[in-house]
Amino acid sequence: MELSSHKFKEQAGRALGNAQLQKALLNVEKGFVAKRQLAVDALPEFDALRDNARDIKNHVLAHLDLYLEAYEKKVVASGGVVHWAETAEDARRIVLEICRKANARTVTKGKSMITEEIALNDHLTANGIEPVETDLGEYIIQLRGEHPSHIIAPAVHLNKSQVEGDFRRVHTHLREDRDLSEPVSLLGEARDVLRQRYLSADVGITGANFLVAETGSSVIVTNEGNGDLTQTLGKVHIVMASIEKIVPTLEDTAQILRVLARSATGQDMSVYTTFSTGPRRADDPDGPEEYHVVLLDNGRSSMLGTEYQDMLRCIRCGACMNHCPVYHAVGGHAYGSVYPGPMGAVLTPSLNGIEKTGQLPNASTFCGRCESVCPMRIPLPKMMRHWREREFERHLTPAAQRYGLKFWAFFARRPRLYRAAVAVAMPILARFGGSKRRFSHLPLAGGWTRHRDLPAPEGKTFVQQWQQRGHRRSEVAQ
Amino acid sequence: MSVKNSESLAPTPEGAATPQADSARPPRVGLFATCLVDLFRPSIGFSAVKLLEKAGCEVHVPIAQTCCGQPAYNSGDRADSRAIAEQVIEAFEAFDYVVAPSGSCAAMLRKHYPGLFSQDGDQQTGWAQRATAFSEKCFELISFLSDVMKVETTGETFKGTVTYHDSCSGLRELQIRDQPRKLLAGIDGLAMTEMKDPDVCCGFGGTFCVKYAEISNAIVSKKVSSIETTGADTLLAGDLGCLMNMAGKLKRSGSAMEVRHVAEVLAGMTEQPPIAGRK
Repeated sequence: MELSSHKFKEQAGRALGNAQLQKALLNVEKGFVAKRQLAVDALPEFDALRDNARDIKNHVLAHLDLYLEAYEKKVVASGGVVHWAETAEDARRIVLEICRKANARTVTKGKSMITEEIALNDHLTANGIEPVETDLGEYIIQLRGEHPSHIIAPAVHLNKSQVEGDFRRVHTHLREDRDLSEPVSLLGEARDVLRQRYLSADVGITGANFLVAETGSSVIVTNEGNGDLTQTLGKVHIVMASIEKIVPTLEDTAQILRVLARSATGQDMSVYTTFSTGPRRADDPDGPEEYHVVLLDNGRSSMLGTEYQDMLRCIRCGACMNHCPVYHAVGGHAYGSVYPGPMGAVLTPSLNGIEKTGQLPNASTFCGRCESVCPMRIPLPKMMRHWREREFERHLTPAAQRYGLKFWAFFARRPRLYRAAVAVAMPILARFGGSKRRFSHLPLAGGWTRHRDLPAPEGKTFVQQWQQRGHRRSEVAQ
Repeated sequence: MSVKNSESLAPTPEGAATPQADSARPPRVGLFATCLVDLFRPSIGFSAVKLLEKAGCEVHVPIAQTCCGQPAYNSGDRADSRAIAEQVIEAFEAFDYVVAPSGSCAAMLRKHYPGLFSQDGDQQTGWAQRATAFSEKCFELISFLSDVMKVETTGETFKGTVTYHDSCSGLRELQIRDQPRKLLAGIDGLAMTEMKDPDVCCGFGGTFCVKYAEISNAIVSKKVSSIETTGADTLLAGDLGCLMNMAGKLKRSGSAMEVRHVAEVLAGMTEQPPIAGRK
């Protein structure tokens, strides 16, 4: 997708004015927050598991080169092939080559944010290969020509009647008078349509939630089983994953799985957790003839050793956006990036540069709810602040904000001058507040007063009054 | 104090040579009023003084205080943040405790100041050690009363039904949730009714509320709706920034809800008209 994060404010404004979207967004709060809490409350060791999960990933990131090499050896030993892709372009080229070699005309796809990151669908389509999304949400937004608005619930911005409209528009081979009024009937129809696509697909592409160095396995978690059909029915299975998905052992995988689904949907486990190790063996009843893993870097290795390294612990559960008041207000598309919400506000500048994405780490109240629910204990607000620091250092902060800040800091750094200024200013401001003790308009405070009143100050400052009450001698600094 | 460069601005209260309070004398508390309380609502400062003195503290208010530095810190301006932090540390480090009637500002002092002194030279100059020692004695007012001074009740009276908003920094950085509720439960005549999602942000976020005014408005609108649904007549919280945001929205929408800082009610100092409301 084309990056439009620099237009975040306009996009957010449109989202706020979109009644249908606002209604759909209520489902994010309703659908995820309470369920996660119930799952967490039911597991006393949840916080200890989070610590463990964090430590596992920190260990991997400290030795990533070694684990990647160990993983590759195991994949090769099980008959698979590992392809190293430094950039998105490399990854697209590698996938296309594999598809061409297999004479593929259609590929089925399990849900994968990495393929969104590298814009794989557009590339395949442009080269005459039809990609078919098989996750229900992904399938719906593919029909609409949209991008995911949420990393685990890609169509969360839509409602049922919109989906019904899309199905009637596209599934023209079905009877017009069929009943699609219930979600289950929509699900049934998608299942029937997709079943045919699985059987006719030449290649199946999935992402990976984990890559296990111990065994060379890739792991996916789904609730629909679509990933299993995608990766077993095609002649070729391509796993498209980024380098930080590595975990050392199966035991480590199990540890992180225990926090993943609980944080994401409030489930103890996803309905399907599938481990794939190499292509079909001689005595396997089914499976792909070829097994390829495309390992994508795309800027991640340059995050190692920086203040953004912790972001590479992310397991894409979506809890941060599910709990974010800004995401709740504007939804995922307003961010104008592949990854929305708090994790996107940190990751997108790392992948795409801060120049065009500076809005994202600024559009946060720093309420900290994201960090408080993150299963991997990623300090998201802290890293957003680091991006603001990089902006400030490079003079990318908007001029008005910068000058306003410098003006304020000039006084804040000079207590005596500050005291003299506010001793005069506040009583005047209080008088202008009038008998209602509030301002409904105030010069230079339009951002505030457009939507709310500004309570007027009481009059003399606290420090002023404190001194006048006879505390002067003991409290004067010099 | 044996630390260099602290003499010029430190209040040096007599006998407060060591940071730890000894049991022979009352703890000396430096009250960090916070810029918003100092400028907009001094009555919160006086409520804090009353509560601290009643709890047995000796309260001092250094004049060399302006702001904790969050506007600079959260805008990515580390140089000004650090300069302000040095100023605050110099003015307050001689006290046994530093107390602020704000979870956000207290968290800045307690959780974020040490990180501003993590450069290579900071160990040699002593600033790293000073910032760490300083941060450890910084507290938010209500949690200080409850957790450190072991106040069980303030013994005041308030007639009305209140609902309490958990301000984000206090809640998530300083674990302030039960302390205000416990002390409010001891107020005679006060009934408490919880709003839906009291732990969800009000949309203030410092400069966020003017940088992203429309989004902030959407968030505070939702918050105000949760507040009004409770049927309470008074909204309380522990941070004036959040209170001004919610009060401003309530006023604009014509609500009669009274808005006050929790310290005003706990101190029984409600003569001052509320931040919003008809009184």
